[in-house]
Amino acid sequence: MSVFRSVNDRANMSTLAEQAVARTPRRLALRFRGLSDRAIAWLFITPSVLLLLAINIFPLLWTIQLSFTNYRANRPNAPIRYIGLDNYRDILTDTEVWHAMQATAHFVLWSIGLELVLGFGLALLINRRFRGHSVWTTIILLPMMLSPAVVGNFWTFLLQPQIGLFNSAIALLTGVDPSSFQMIGDVALAPWSIIMVDTWMWTPYVMLICLAGLRSIPDYIYEAAEVDRASPWRQFWSITLPMVMPFLMLAVLFRAIENFKMFDMVNLLTSGGPGSTTEVASITLKREAFEKWRTGYSSALAIILFVTVFGAANIYVKALNRVKQR
Amino acid sequence: MIQMMRALGVTAVVVASSLGGQAVAQTKQLTLCWAAWDPANALVELSKDFTTKTGIQMKYEFVPWTSYADRFLNELNSKGKLCDVIIGDSQWIGGAAENGHYVKLNDFFTKEGISMDDFMPATVVGYSEWPKNTPNYWALPAMGDAIGWTYRKDWFARPEIQAEFKKKYGRDLAPPETYEQLKQIAEFFQGREIDGKKVYGAYIYTERGSEGITMGVTNVLYDWGFQYDNPKKPYQMEGFVNSPEAVKGLEFYKSLYKCCTAPGMSNAYMSEGLDAFKSGQVAMQMNFFAFFPGLYKDPNVGGDKIGFFVNPKQKYHFTQLGGQGISVVSYSEHRDDALAYIKWFAQPEVQKKWWALGGYSCHKAVLNDPGFPKSAPFAADFLKSMDIVKDFWAEPSYAELLLDMQKRVHDYVVADKGTAQEALDLLVKDWQKVFKEDGKI
Repeated sequence: MSVFRSVNDRANMSTLAEQAVARTPRRLALRFRGLSDRAIAWLFITPSVLLLLAINIFPLLWTIQLSFTNYRANRPNAPIRYIGLDNYRDILTDTEVWHAMQATAHFVLWSIGLELVLGFGLALLINRRFRGHSVWTTIILLPMMLSPAVVGNFWTFLLQPQIGLFNSAIALLTGVDPSSFQMIGDVALAPWSIIMVDTWMWTPYVMLICLAGLRSIPDYIYEAAEVDRASPWRQFWSITLPMVMPFLMLAVLFRAIENFKMFDMVNLLTSGGPGSTTEVASITLKREAFEKWRTGYSSALAIILFVTVFGAANIYVKALNRVKQR
Repeated sequence: MIQMMRALGVTAVVVASSLGGQAVAQTKQLTLCWAAWDPANALVELSKDFTTKTGIQMKYEFVPWTSYADRFLNELNSKGKLCDVIIGDSQWIGGAAENGHYVKLNDFFTKEGISMDDFMPATVVGYSEWPKNTPNYWALPAMGDAIGWTYRKDWFARPEIQAEFKKKYGRDLAPPETYEQLKQIAEFFQGREIDGKKVYGAYIYTERGSEGITMGVTNVLYDWGFQYDNPKKPYQMEGFVNSPEAVKGLEFYKSLYKCCTAPGMSNAYMSEGLDAFKSGQVAMQMNFFAFFPGLYKDPNVGGDKIGFFVNPKQKYHFTQLGGQGISVVSYSEHRDDALAYIKWFAQPEVQKKWWALGGYSCHKAVLNDPGFPKSAPFAADFLKSMDIVKDFWAEPSYAELLLDMQKRVHDYVVADKGTAQEALDLLVKDWQKVFKEDGKI
């Protein structure tokens, strides 16, 4: 029966192809008749390539060109001078830029570390398929479905010392006056506030990737380990962790790239303050480009950030491939 | 028959759309850009008269203060045609004039008989002239404004509070005349329980992102003797920006922030001040006069409960200028209609209605009217304030100069980084770098 259906399908397909040929306008058909497969392939991908060139490659090349000039977008009448590597030299010797890079590194390392530990832990729990686990999965995933702008705004209220739920909760647990400390207005606590909010929002994402990794491990491996009387701890170190490792590394890669360019949530929570305590690189870039209008300088800064992320990501991907090959 | 019906239908659609097109083409429209705040609502109301008189429809693009500069400076720098008429901030005038964003209005003023002598001198210098103190006009003074203070008149009037204050400080509790007095009052109210609620002494600006903390700090620094540069040698800032008096002024601002503000006010500007005052949280509030009509009408803290006072003095007596002029954007395709709006707005009768609706006119016909000081509870203080205003740099590089100051003072006042002397020394270096790049020093 299935053989007959297959033959019929093929017959129908051929009929459809013939119909398509028949319906193609004669002039168009004549035009395409002389084209090779390669030429037709190019014909199909050309729009995508052009679009990519227009919205990715051209701006990148233009930014590189601008980074060697003194151009300012708010001075349309001022002459544009090529100043060589001056912008790059100024950036690399600017203590404020290095401070922003340190703030970014602090934010990226701690938030990823926490998200990894918590996300993996949650994935291990959810993977046990207890009763109602799918409902809990949905609840846990909710924060990552929100917009970072919304998260930034409502956490600003939650962390408000007088009316904020967070301060009240801490007060309830510790007995301190809720308005005696402020999370986003304090130099010591503000960097931890943005790490905490990012962790709250993106731990579910890491959990999801880890869960995919855990579910990809075949059951027979654990069954074999149990036959060999391997303890749960031994199973975790020898089976679970190595097999989930590529997924963990992938989560780290995604989160590192995202957090390196984090802007909206930090901007809404602290605006880089107090002072410049939480001024991560993307906020510095925005201030230089669209508030101070130092277009040439900010283009150089953008290129430096791009090269940093691109270089680090490439090294990391190579490491990831090595882990996968093991 | 069906074909005929179809043909008729198509004809009807074509005719209707062409008529609609004509109707749209005949309707003239101007887009006015400004900040989204109370006076903008008053201007919408006022401009209905312009539409009635000229038939020109008005469209508005109002943006919240925190993104106002970003949004409209972007628009001007990209030579956008969104705004025909713009009420731009006073500090934009240098850049807007030098980069050709605004239409120069001298010839238009001469032709239409609009005289700058009819407007308060401080507003003409602050909102219209570039270079400053030269008769080159790029805007018509539109919205006079300065920083003033509000206070809880009802709390100040309570006998038990009066008695306690007098016992502690040996004088009556009254609106402060000096900053030392203001700090004493703020300390007195800080943490006090009034009507079962904990209240705080004062609300001052601390916002980091746009211009907030600079507006608040300069408002205080001027009174201590801070100057932007040497009056005899422009752009010589060493010893003026970071003078010992300026350092003391900055230290005072920090001490006021530390002793007497509500928790969580580390990044607060105009709207946070309004919220703090309206919710009965603070005894005194620093804010722009533009908000005072709305506060006076507030059902909870307005009316008899609110009082107003001029920015206190210290060694000198100044206040930070706010407010804006109205300009025609040079990229507008409706320049004649935009100029017609300016001509209409400059009329004394329109200016009187502008004040009555809640806008702050800069026209002498309004401000020199004998009845003006009593026309609103804050009108007399507004007049006094406009005589003592000082403004931030209005140079084409104002945005850089402003961000440098935002960073340095926020670092010191809120983030406890370094000393006041170090903050102002670094500010001088930042500003010298900007002016050096501009070729001015």
